[in-house]
Order: sequence, then structure tokens, then C-alpha cells
Amino acid sequence: MIALAAAAPPVVVASPGYWTQVGKRLLRDKVTVACGILLLIIILAAIFAPYLGLADPYRASIIRRLRPIGTPGYLLGTDEQGRDMLARLVYGGRLSLFVGLLPVFNAFVLGSLLGIAAGFIGGKVNSVIMRTTDVFHAFPSVLLAIAISGALGAGILNSIVSLTIVFVSPIARIAESVTTQVRSLDFVEAARASGASSWTIIRIHILNNVLGPIFVYSTSLISVSMILGAGLSFLGLGTKPPEPEWGLMLNTLRTAIYVQPWIAALPGAMIFMVSIGFNLMSDGLRSAMDVRR
Amino acid sequence: MSGAEVLSPLPDLGGPAQPLLEIRNLVKHFPIKGGMLGRRVATVHAVDGVSFEVAKGETLGIVGESGCGKSTTARLLIRLIDPDSGEVRFDGQSVGSDITVGELRRGVQMVFQDSFASLNPRLTIEDSIAFGPRVRGVASGEAVSRAHELLCQVGLDPAQFARRYPHELSGGQRQRVNIARALALAPRLLILDEPVSALDKSVEAQVLNLLVDLKRDLGLTYIFVSHDLNVVQYISDRVLVMYLGRVAEIGPVEAIYTDARHPYTRALLSAMPSMDPDRRTQEAPIAGDPPNPINPPSGCLFHTRCPYAEEVCKRSAPALAAATFSPAGERHRAACHMEIPGSGHSKARG
Repeated sequence: MIALAAAAPPVVVASPGYWTQVGKRLLRDKVTVACGILLLIIILAAIFAPYLGLADPYRASIIRRLRPIGTPGYLLGTDEQGRDMLARLVYGGRLSLFVGLLPVFNAFVLGSLLGIAAGFIGGKVNSVIMRTTDVFHAFPSVLLAIAISGALGAGILNSIVSLTIVFVSPIARIAESVTTQVRSLDFVEAARASGASSWTIIRIHILNNVLGPIFVYSTSLISVSMILGAGLSFLGLGTKPPEPEWGLMLNTLRTAIYVQPWIAALPGAMIFMVSIGFNLMSDGLRSAMDVRR
Repeated sequence: MSGAEVLSPLPDLGGPAQPLLEIRNLVKHFPIKGGMLGRRVATVHAVDGVSFEVAKGETLGIVGESGCGKSTTARLLIRLIDPDSGEVRFDGQSVGSDITVGELRRGVQMVFQDSFASLNPRLTIEDSIAFGPRVRGVASGEAVSRAHELLCQVGLDPAQFARRYPHELSGGQRQRVNIARALALAPRLLILDEPVSALDKSVEAQVLNLLVDLKRDLGLTYIFVSHDLNVVQYISDRVLVMYLGRVAEIGPVEAIYTDARHPYTRALLSAMPSMDPDRRTQEAPIAGDPPNPINPPSGCLFHTRCPYAEEVCKRSAPALAAATFSPAGERHRAACHMEIPGSGHSKARG
């Protein structure tokens, strides 16, 4: 006991940085780690699809239509035009993930800009920005995405634009509320009292504290974006055949649902796995980023 | 501006007789907006014509119930809120014309009540303290060594605390960091807005003693805002009692605590438990809540709760008159008709 008390050397304590702590807590969360690994595999497979030795996802064959799962040479069977399902699912991940991630990223940038500006400046600027985003928020997101896509015309780029517009308003609202909260805290007042410019205060004191929550919220939108993107393709407003894309595949396989229900369900299963994965990841991220008081 | 210039205190301009801070008729009304068009439907009279002076090297305590405008006054002094009207002079220089708000903030800094909310949770302690000097153009390394110096001054070991985050510190330690941060720009006046109210009693005493030591060592002047009468008595040289945005009474600490003239001050003091059984209060306890500052009463703001209120008190607001028979003389003033000879109050001094 005495030795213990005496042997305390003067320790220089450098606390690990905030993000190091977040990373450590994330690694302790088994669900998040599992989801992360699953998503990583799907994303890597989509990126490196041409090097995986898969069949050509576009090569159709009338005689090999709708082979069941487990057919030799066709691990996951074939679709209604005799194309290899495994190859199409892996390649389909490219467009589907693109449609899931890009609109959310765009909306994260735009929505944060608008929301932080509204929250920090306040007053009339706040009213103008927030009431405008409210207009978009008033529509159900599916309806709004369909309406904008319909107006812009079918196509993958247009559906990305329409999804971006759909997601700007919820992200801007979160950004505005977090910024308003942080702005009224005393450390911002103290920074003003020490003579810092608004820009410095935003850079050092606001961004540091608001980007985390906005980012977490945005990751929870990725699954919504994927489902909406798939929905647009399903309705013929997104990707056009014969491109492999999960939503579109779900649509074209619809006709085969009585013949090969398991194959018809495969693209849906992919959408389900990926969106659940992103949702659980964002939950894990949220709790890991919670600063203990 | 060079680093050395920023980190050394501003020079004394007017000499010791010149008050460090003069406040003339400070007014701040907050509009309450309502309806579709945001019309002004009501006004909160938060600070309503407050005037006082703070001499160099003294500690002025500001006391009052919550909602009486103490904190608003503190924030007005350092221009975190812009006043509607009134003049603030720092060492004889009028803020807004002779010196800018930025220059004022070189000489005046503030410590807030909530030690956690007043530190950025994502910055290390040393970065929080070095922030002020850095934005004023001090080189990064110099600002950090300054931060370490200040940590030593407030009794925290830089080797142990400099690289930590606020949530790893106790309340008392965080408040020490806040004091260090306020001192980083070498101010001459420190506004302490309830700096110890959120702390444990034992920690409170330590921080108060630290404040006393710092004031002596650095030649500081304090404005100490609090609702704790014991703390104010301990630390203040003079005390200002606020009621509903106006000054009720102001005077040297011993005059206020032993010879209070305003019925409100007397009621406040009688609510303070006495340690001495021979000095039990005879004063009637104060009844009711303070009136709504949205529709303050006419005349003397205290007449709705005052046991001595008469017709004159409802009609006209008493000026801050010298408490004639107080030993402190001119320096002790109370805004009460009973202190104004010929005011029409039956108990008025003749």
C-alpha cells in the first residue's frame, strides 16, 4: 500500500483527442463494427466488381431465364432475361450506393451551410431561410422526390438532384437548431468578449460543435436516400434498363414473383441490408460521439 | 499590435481619482414580439436608467433577486448586449466615441456563472485560454506559454491540466480556467457574473480567495454580480442593490449591511440568516414575488411590496438621494421617499 502511494511519478497528462475517444468507443460497439464490416464488403465489392471474375451483368440469354438460386455456374440464379443475378447484384451496388450517398453528401454541404448561416445570423435571415426550407419540408419526401424527378425528366443525374433537394431541408433544420443552441452558450459569448470576429467564432467554436450532430443525422438519411432512389428507379424515373440497379431490378423482376419469388426478393434484400447497416452505424456513431458531461 | 502589447495591461489614464468605469443612465428594454408580423406587443424593462461608478481597485458588488437586471447590466457593460441608451466611460473615455467596443474589451473581461457552458467542449484548456490572445494577433507559441503562466496563477498545474478537456475537470477547476481565460488579455476590470453560485461551499471559498489574491497581485478592479449576500459582503468594498432594473441603494459595504436605508435592502438583509442571536432581525419579511418587469408599477417600483408605502410612492419615482443621516454620507444613497426631505412621505427625514 505504502509503495503504491509513494510510486506516483509526476505524470504529464495529455488527454486523447476527441476523435480518438470516439473511435475507441466505436470499436467497443459490436453491432456498429459488424455493420461497418458488412457495408465495407458491399462497397468494396461494388467498386472492384470488374476484378472479381463475375459474369457479364449485361449478357442475356433466352434459354437460361429465371434459373433458381444455387444453379451451377449461377450461384444466385438468373433474372427474367437470363442475366447472372450475382453479377447484377454486385454491379447494381455501384449505382444504388451512388444514389444513396451522393445526394446525402450534397445535402449535407448545402443544408449545413444554410442551417448554420440561419442559426448564427438569426433574425430575418433565419426566417427567410427556414421558412423556405419549411415549404419543402411540408411535402412527404417520396412525393417531393417523384414530383421533382418527374418535372426534371427521368435519368440518374436528375434523380440525384431531386433527392438532394429533398434532403436539404431536414438537414438545414437540424443544423439551424444545433447552431442556435450552441450560439447561445457562454463560450461563444466569451469568445465575442475577447474580441474575435464572427468568422473566427464560427470556425473555432461553432463548426467544432455542430458538424458532429449534423453528420450523424445525415448518415441516418443514407438509407432513406437509397430507398427513395430505388423507388424512383422502380417507377422508371431513375436508372433506365438494362443498367443494373437494385430498385430497377426489383421492378423488372416483379413479373417473376410467382415463378421465382426468392430471386425476385434478392434486390430488396440488398436494399434492406444496406439501409439497416447505415442506420445502425449512425446510431452507433451518435452514442459514440456523445461527450460525457 | 505586437504580442507584448496585447499581453500587458492598458496604461492608467486619468490617475487614481478618475473612476475606472462610469455608467450614466443605462437603459435596455427587450421587445416581446408577437403575431404574424412580429409586432412589438410588450416591453421588458430589464435595465431602466442605471447609473453608477466603479473606482480603480475596488470591488463593487451588485445584488438583487433573480430577474432584477443584474446579469443584463453585466452584459451591457462589456457590450455583449447593446444598450438602448446611456453612456459607458472606461477610464474617462466614452465607449463608442473615444474608444471602440473592441478596445473596451481589451480592458474589461467577464467570467460567467456556468463554468461548463463557458468553455468550448472541443478545445483543450490551453487552447481555450490562448484563444483571446491568438485572435488579437499574438503568435501561437507565445499565447500557449501565456496560457501556462495563467494556469499557474489560478492554481492549476499546466503539466497536468493544459491538454485536458473541460469535461475532465471539476466545477471548481473549470471556474479557475474561466478566470484564467478572462485574464488572458490582461484586463483592468473583471466582471464576475455569479462566478461561485454553481460551486460547492468549500470550493466557493477557494475560488473567492483566489479572486481576492488575483486582485491584489494584478491590481484588478471587480464588478461582482451575485444573489448571495454573504459572498457579496465578504468580497465587496461597495454594494449596489438592484430592484426591477433600477438602483435601489448603493453604498459602502458596512453602511449597506449595518445601516440600510431602503426597505427593500432591509428586507433582503433580514432574509439572510444571522449567525449572531443578538442581532436578530425585527424587519417584516418581504411578501410576494417581484412585479412583472413587462408592466412595472408606477412610481417607486417597490411600493407594491413595501410595508411603508404611501400615496406619494405610487405617484412619483424617488430619485437616488443621499442617505442624509448615514455615517457614510454622500457615498451612501438610497432611492426611497423616506430619505428625501419634503418628499411628502410621512416618515420622510426633515
